[in-house]
Amino acid sequence: MSDLLKSYRFREERETDWRKLDLILTRAENSGVKALSDEDMTALPRLYRQAVSSLSVARSISLDQNVIAYLESLCTRAYFFVYGARTSIGERMMDFLRRDWPACVASAAGPTLLAALFLFGGWALAFFLCMQDMEWFWTFHGQNFWDGRNPDASVEYLRTTIYTDEGEISDGQLTSFASFLFNNNAQISLFAFALGFAFGIPTAWLLLYNGVMMGSLHAVFWNKGLGYEFTGWLMIHGTTELFAIVLAGAAGFVIGGAVAFPGQMTRLNSARHAGQRAASIAMGCVIMLIIAALLEGFGRQLINSDAIRYAVAFTILGLWCAYFYLPRRAGPV
Amino acid sequence: MNSTVPLAPSAVNVANVEAARRRRARMQEEERRSKLARQLVTPEGAAIQLKLATAAERAGAFLIDVAIQWAIVIATGLGLGFVMRAMDPGSANIAWALWLVFFFFVRNFYYIFFELGTKAATPGKRALGIRVTSRNGGRLTANSVLARNFIREIEVGLPFQFLMMGGDQVTGWMALLGLVWSGIFLLFPIFNRDKMRVGDLIAGTWVIKNPKTKLMGDISSATGSVANGRYAFTPKQAEAYGIHELHVLEDVLRQSTQDVKAQVALRIRQKIGWHMQPGETHTAFLEAYYATLRRRLEQRMMLGDRKTDKFDVR
Repeated sequence: MSDLLKSYRFREERETDWRKLDLILTRAENSGVKALSDEDMTALPRLYRQAVSSLSVARSISLDQNVIAYLESLCTRAYFFVYGARTSIGERMMDFLRRDWPACVASAAGPTLLAALFLFGGWALAFFLCMQDMEWFWTFHGQNFWDGRNPDASVEYLRTTIYTDEGEISDGQLTSFASFLFNNNAQISLFAFALGFAFGIPTAWLLLYNGVMMGSLHAVFWNKGLGYEFTGWLMIHGTTELFAIVLAGAAGFVIGGAVAFPGQMTRLNSARHAGQRAASIAMGCVIMLIIAALLEGFGRQLINSDAIRYAVAFTILGLWCAYFYLPRRAGPV
Repeated sequence: MNSTVPLAPSAVNVANVEAARRRRARMQEEERRSKLARQLVTPEGAAIQLKLATAAERAGAFLIDVAIQWAIVIATGLGLGFVMRAMDPGSANIAWALWLVFFFFVRNFYYIFFELGTKAATPGKRALGIRVTSRNGGRLTANSVLARNFIREIEVGLPFQFLMMGGDQVTGWMALLGLVWSGIFLLFPIFNRDKMRVGDLIAGTWVIKNPKTKLMGDISSATGSVANGRYAFTPKQAEAYGIHELHVLEDVLRQSTQDVKAQVALRIRQKIGWHMQPGETHTAFLEAYYATLRRRLEQRMMLGDRKTDKFDVR
């Protein structure tokens, strides 16, 4: 036996345990933690520690590069498994809805106000400019926009666009229109979030632009004496949708602010902390926009009374605010 | 030590210069590779070497993923087309609407879905043996995965949109400007040490190699004590090479064809002055020499003396 290499004997003594660990990891990676027996679970920490110590010994006594490469890869896999997350997707989702999302939104109150200022500032600007001189509408929109909903349209035509007659539109069209708008809005809000990285400047521009678009359209309806009706038409889903867009912008500003003004942290660390928070908000925006699309596709077309539209709008807005900003019991972390 | 090549007849000199050049190239390559290595110290205090994925691997994985996404979208789209023909217009519209939402989720949540799994890698990344992990060695949180993938929209989507713009001269220039600006995001991984995308930077992640190496048999065990009497190398013969050559020899023995092995065996015999004995096969000779060389080098290593290659004479 003394004829064998020391490094070979070292390997021979430990190889069974390495292979056992390998087997457990492969099973866990392919079919999840649930595939492991209790026996495996209790053996795992010991096998992991042994593999790690084998690696450091092997590095100093063995010149077999296959063994070292194998141990490196085994230890890396084991490390990520042992110290990796074990929560299931379901648990994570519940956590997100119960704690993460509202907490992140509430902690970003400042950026939210800033984003709202940009969106509604653009809105107000366009609205008042257009009220003074309708020529501004063409400046903002160019020609042929909004399928004839422009200053030249008649009051009757505009009225038909905000109320749905019985049996005029089939259900199918409603849903496809709603899902088209959802796609559009969700993509814009993810954009607003992502663009925050460039110090938030493109995010501000995106918010302002969308505000101007809506504000000028609002002025057209207001000018024809349909202001109250149009606001109801918009608000029923708009409270949710605009809130979502404002929050997406806020997420962008959170990142932009962290990159521009890192404070005590390094710029990289600051970006990382802000990024995690902002991602939660952006994910929430997608959920809000799904709800908004449902309200838009069904609620708006099926409810034709202004009073009910306003009631629905403010109830939902109140619910969102309560969900995000009401202080809640600190749960177990 | 190579710079002190003695002024000898030119034939020797040329060979030496060539060897020195090859050695320098090898060391440069090693240094380049070591720039991608990162050390992770586990809570047990042991160090694990992580190797960052190269930009080329990342791009390859991304292309595979995009191809898969398109395959999903086109396949479901075609399937939907067939089904819709059989439906009345109302429900066809609903199907179309559902497909649009599905498209959005494939576009944005494909990566998130796979990276949240236990393997922390999309099919494309898995194919190339790379995975996402947290930069500080902690666990990869769901928020990190969300952040790094939502950012993808500006890295890939934005340059693409500017590329599609164009038109008359003014918008053409605007598009070009936008393309250059957004191109910075797209090419970001090439220009930083850690090969991070903007998304990685925001999310606090990076992408590492995660190869699954198989444990193969130990070559030195194959010869055992049987052949040892036959191949008795002198200490001088056993000292002829260093660790680099040992590793090359290991690769040759594990992966090469008989032809290559024969050539390598001839070269080694020539160098150490070994006369081929009757009945000696090339493979058996190489295995025996491997075992001897490794024993010698491992002994020296345990005494704190690493002989890196055949030029390393102390």
